[in-house]
Amino acid sequence: MTTVRWALTDTWTIARRDFARWARQPAPVVIGLLFPVLVVLMFGYLFGGAIQVPGGADYREYLMPGAFAMAMLFGIETTMVAVSTDAARGVTDRFRSLPMAPSGVVAGRSVADLAHSLVGLAVLIGCGLLIGWRAHGSPAETALAIGLLVLLRFAMLWFGIYLGLVVRGPESVAAVQILVWPVAFLASTFVPPQTMPGVLGTLAEWNPLSATISATRDLFGNPDAPADSWVTQHALLMAIVWPVLIVAVFLPLAVRRYARGGG
Amino acid sequence: MYGMPVELALRADDLRKRYGDTVALDGFELAVPAGTVHALLGPNGAGKTTAVRILTTLTRPDGGRAEVAGLDVVRQARQVRTRIGLVGQHLALEEALSGRQNLELFARLNHLDAAAAARRAGQLLDRFGLGELGRRPAGTYSGGQRRRLDLAAGMILAPAVLFLDEPTTGLDPRGRNEVWASVRELVAGGTTVLLTTQYLDEADQLAGRISVLAAGRVIAEGSPEALKSVAGGDRLDLVLHDPADLPAATAIAARVAGAEPEVEAETRRVGVAVQDRVSALTEAVRALSDAGIRVEDIALRRPTLDEAFLHLTGKADA
Repeated sequence: MTTVRWALTDTWTIARRDFARWARQPAPVVIGLLFPVLVVLMFGYLFGGAIQVPGGADYREYLMPGAFAMAMLFGIETTMVAVSTDAARGVTDRFRSLPMAPSGVVAGRSVADLAHSLVGLAVLIGCGLLIGWRAHGSPAETALAIGLLVLLRFAMLWFGIYLGLVVRGPESVAAVQILVWPVAFLASTFVPPQTMPGVLGTLAEWNPLSATISATRDLFGNPDAPADSWVTQHALLMAIVWPVLIVAVFLPLAVRRYARGGG
Repeated sequence: MYGMPVELALRADDLRKRYGDTVALDGFELAVPAGTVHALLGPNGAGKTTAVRILTTLTRPDGGRAEVAGLDVVRQARQVRTRIGLVGQHLALEEALSGRQNLELFARLNHLDAAAAARRAGQLLDRFGLGELGRRPAGTYSGGQRRRLDLAAGMILAPAVLFLDEPTTGLDPRGRNEVWASVRELVAGGTTVLLTTQYLDEADQLAGRISVLAAGRVIAEGSPEALKSVAGGDRLDLVLHDPADLPAATAIAARVAGAEPEVEAETRRVGVAVQDRVSALTEAVRALSDAGIRVEDIALRRPTLDEAFLHLTGKADA
C-alpha cells in the first residue's frame, strides 16, 4: 500500500516540477498553446475559402475536429523534447539513482503533459467557438469526443516518451518536428482524403489521426465526407483501437528503456 | 571474494562491461574503506563514468560484482539507492525553481514527507552556505553555488557513499575552490566519497587514495604521494640560454645524476631524476659554470601527479 502511495506521490512531485517551471517561464508554453490557433486561423481564413467541403458545409465546422486532433499529435514534440532534454542533462539518471518509484518519472511526465494538452485543447475549443464552430451533439457525445482526443494524446505521449529516450541530440528532435507535419497533413485533418490521389487517399484514411478526426466530427455533429471504405465506416472503433494499440506497443518499450537507462 | 568486511564502503570485483565492440570496463577492481575519499583518475574513455554508473545502479555490469555499503548493486539495487548520493557531470537542478524548492523536490523523491523535506532543505541550505540564496531561482546562482546546491541535493539522506562524477568540470577556479571546501567538510563529517576527475590537482587535493584507470582497468593505485614517486624521485631542471649548449649540458646532467636526462630542445630544457638532491644541484652548478654554460633557470622539484599520470598511462598504451 505504501509502495502505491509513494508511486503516486513521486508522480505528482515530478509533474509539479514541470508545472512550477511553466509558471516561472510561461513564454514557451503560451507559444506552444497558441501555435495550433495560428494554424486554425491560417486554414480557416486563408486557405479555407478555396476548400470545398462535401455537401457544401461551412469549412470551419469541418476544420475544427481536425485541428483538435492535430494539436494532440503535436503534443508528441512537447513530450519528446522534455524527455530527451532531461536525459541529455543527466536529470533522468539522477532520478534513477534515487530510491523513488521507477514509474514516477515517466508517469509524472504523462500527468504534466496531459494537463498541458487539456489546457491546449480548451484554448483551441475557445478559438473554435469564437470563429463559429459548434458542438451540435448531446453533452455525452461531446464528452466522448473530447475523451477520444485525450486518448489520442495519451498514445502520442507514450510514443513521445519512447522517442525521447531513444533519440540522441537536438538533430533527431528536429527530424521528428518536421515529420509530424506530413503525418498531420496525410489525414482528413484539413481536406477529405477522397480528394487525394489513390494511394495517398487510402494512406490518409488509415492514418490513426483520421480515425479520431472522423469519429469526433460525427460526435460533435460537424460535417464530414461520406464514409466509403471500411476504415472510415468504423471510425469510432478505430479511434479507440489505434491509440490503444500504440500505447500497448510503446508504453512497455518506454518503461523498459527507462529502467535500462542509457545502456 | 564474497562476504566483504563491513568497514569497506565500496567494493568492486572484476567488473566487466562492453558497449557493442567497445570495452568500457575490463576487470575493474576497487576497495574503498568507509570514511575515505577515493579518486578514479583517467583520460576520457578510460571507464570512470561506466564504473560510477554500475556502482550507482544505473547500468548493469556484464560480469563481476560490486557492493555499496555491503549491498549488491544488481540484486539489491533499490536498497543501494537509499544509501548513495550521486552528483553527476551535469546539474540536475531545475533552474526555474528556487534553491529551496529544488532541495524539497529531491527530498520528496527520497521519500521524506512534506514537513521533513522542508526541514531537510533548510538544514542543507545552511550547511552548504546557501541559506541566504534559498528563495532565489537556481538559474540565478553562480557556477560554484549551483554545484553546491547540486551537492546538497545528493546529501538528502546522509548517504553512506557520495559519488562525485567530475564535480568541478566547467567551473572557474573560485567555483572549484568553493566545491572543494564543501567536499572537505562532508568528508570531515565522515562521508565516504568516490570522486572521478580528469584534473590531477583535484585528486591530489581531495583524495586519500587514487586509482588510475586506462582502457577499463586500474593500472595503478595508491596515495597521491606514492603515485608521484612512480614517476621517479626528485627532479633537477635546467633551462639554458643558448641551445648550442644542449649536448654539453645534457652530458653534465647525466654525470651528476647518474641517470638518462630528458631534453626538450624547443624550450632549451634538460630534466633528470636525481637521488641526492642537494649534492646533484651543487655539482651541476659548478660543472656548468666551469664549462662556461649560461643558465637561465636551475631548480629542484618534486614530480607532479601529471608526470606520474603520463608515465603510467603512457606505459599502459605501450
